[in-house]
Amino acid sequence: MTTAGTVTGTPPAVWLGRINPVAQIVAILAITVTALATIDLLTPAVLVAAELTLLPAAGLFQPRALLAKTWPLLLSAAGVAWVNLLFSASGGWDWTGSAALALRVIAVALPGVLFVASTDPVRVADALTVHWKVSTRFAYGALAAIRLAPLLVLEWQAIRRARRARGVDAGRNPIAAIRLFGGAAFALLVAAIRRGSRLALAMDARGFDATAGSTERTNARGSVLRSRDHLYVAGAVLLCATTTAVSVATGLWHPVFSS
Amino acid sequence: MRVGAGPAAVDVVGFGFRYSGRPEWAVRDMDVRIEPGERILLTGASGSGKSTLLTAMAGLLGPDSGDARGAVRVDGRTAVQARDRIGILFQDPESQLVMSQAGDDVAFGLENRGVPAGEIWPRVRAALDAVGFGYPLDRSTHALSGGEKQRLVLAGAMVAEPGLLLLDEPTSQLDPDGAELVRAAVARILADRGTTLVLIDHEASPWLPLIDRVLEVPFGTTQGPLLPIGSTQGVLHSNGEDPLLRAAGAGYSYRADTAARPALALTDVELTAGQVTAITGPNGSGKSTLGLLLAGLKAPTVGRIVASPKLAGRLGDRPPHRWRARDLVHRIGTVFQNPEHQFLTGRVRDELSLGPLRAGAGDRAAHDRAEELLQRLGLHAYADANPFTLSGGQQRRLSVATSLATRPSVLVLDEPTFGQDPVTWAELVGLLAEARDAGTAVCLISHDARLVDGFADQELRLTSGVDHRQTAGFTGPGAAETPRSSDDQLGRNPTK
Repeated sequence: MTTAGTVTGTPPAVWLGRINPVAQIVAILAITVTALATIDLLTPAVLVAAELTLLPAAGLFQPRALLAKTWPLLLSAAGVAWVNLLFSASGGWDWTGSAALALRVIAVALPGVLFVASTDPVRVADALTVHWKVSTRFAYGALAAIRLAPLLVLEWQAIRRARRARGVDAGRNPIAAIRLFGGAAFALLVAAIRRGSRLALAMDARGFDATAGSTERTNARGSVLRSRDHLYVAGAVLLCATTTAVSVATGLWHPVFSS
Repeated sequence: MRVGAGPAAVDVVGFGFRYSGRPEWAVRDMDVRIEPGERILLTGASGSGKSTLLTAMAGLLGPDSGDARGAVRVDGRTAVQARDRIGILFQDPESQLVMSQAGDDVAFGLENRGVPAGEIWPRVRAALDAVGFGYPLDRSTHALSGGEKQRLVLAGAMVAEPGLLLLDEPTSQLDPDGAELVRAAVARILADRGTTLVLIDHEASPWLPLIDRVLEVPFGTTQGPLLPIGSTQGVLHSNGEDPLLRAAGAGYSYRADTAARPALALTDVELTAGQVTAITGPNGSGKSTLGLLLAGLKAPTVGRIVASPKLAGRLGDRPPHRWRARDLVHRIGTVFQNPEHQFLTGRVRDELSLGPLRAGAGDRAAHDRAEELLQRLGLHAYADANPFTLSGGQQRRLSVATSLATRPSVLVLDEPTFGQDPVTWAELVGLLAEARDAGTAVCLISHDARLVDGFADQELRLTSGVDHRQTAGFTGPGAAETPRSSDDQLGRNPTK
């Protein structure tokens, strides 16, 4: 009777998804540092161009699917550029600076979109616990929570309907609407906590708690770093180094904390 | 080989438990010995503490959840120490699955217990075979039906080869087919008597062939006497009357990108005052969707929901989904599958007076109505309790009562008897029969064959995946013209 709304399931086995998640995270960090270090236009432009070439590898072929995943990002990039254009200190219209800022936002955020679109959360938890010794309680607890997210959407709809059925709605009164939203949000929170504690109990019953004591948790799937993972990181670092070098050589490079 | 393999013995010695912050004991003075390999059914009224006892046997009642007395021992150790020998299955499969792929989920328990990776997959396959799970290891857990999910959870419990298997209402959230899947899986894994079983299920009879012994958990407090609930106002009941509410070719479809979700084919159905209409059909046929359309909680994508002038009154031709909530609440009442979704206040008493207040009744009238329903439902002792702290059966009765509180002319109920014990079942049917006798048009969405056969005047059986128009058909010969005879088990009382 409970039907999950959005099916998260197994993501398609896309090329980028086969890169070990920790290698992807290292590459993302390198790109983030490179993009944030400077406020010139060239560096983020090169990085974004490189990221765009990876879109097919993350399974993002169709413009519609791409837009669905990136519209908040594009909106915030446009917002940053717009605010900068309006309030730029120099007084004139700082088109280059604004475009650089917008590209910077995209250069930093797009790798995250690629990562989420291509990589199975289970692999991420495996890689983090195996290679970086992240707490298994944290990693697999978070994983279980991710699984419940689509159920929250259904729960939210049910709560809103139940309120209406009980005679509670806001009509055209915006203050009542805010109060109603707050009440429903609280009910959702309560429902989420109750569901979460039931899940925690079920997980504890399967040995996922501290009483197991000395038993070291094993990992059935494992997480292996292959040569392609090392190459991927090397490629990302090379890209960042080259971009920065070209930017410096052309005199465009402009460190973020200088005037 | 692990130490202490094979079926486990359970000793409950003078056990009592009181949850933190509650004055009364959930269980007290329990003594029982369960032999290795025995199969036990625990019964008892709603709120008798069956679930508490089972949770204690699972070693999941920690010292921070309340005060315990006596002891529960599994193979001589405390249940908490013996946790690696115990598997438990709860009601809701959604709250028990952890991973997004079936095989990973079964492996989860072995990983936690530190089983070497090389041994895990053969054991996972064996456990899935044992429960008869027929999908590959990488099957998405989201794409399974409720019964299949629960069977997967069972495999996750059995993979650790427990000596004691505890089942806490494992079928109460499943449709009959799903429940049968789970029972068959349990029968398979118990065949070799390698596991002791303790089971709670309100629907006990299908389990009985498996069970060696039935233990009843006694219930301390008694329920108040049943009092009449009062009559619904404004609607007279007569045969051949025009329907109060009808669906005219109403259907619902999701946008193309979510086509996998249930949609409702074009449907005609009429709800008449004093008549009970049952909507039945397999999962995915759109029963709950039709209920939401009739209840004015969702707009049909095709066709119309038409309220009679008598029901709509001054609201005219406007369809129910566009009515204001306070206008809706005393015309069409809805009881949801999950009672907790409906609770809006922190006290049972406030919960019952909320609807009448929203519908514009005065404080005095709302208070009196709440008192009347509290008496009637035997919930007076809980008038100031938080609805969320009630037992499942009490919550269900309260959710029906909150809908009746505004005396709606039409009442739509989604699986009202789901997972209810026989006492609560009978009380619910009593409540609904009184509402019907007082002239309410009752619409039941139900899998409960006993309820539909014994109580409904007409049945609409939805089929899944059809594109022809479906129309309500009357159940018995002549049922359309004549009401069921008064010597019927659930027959009409003389109208008060």
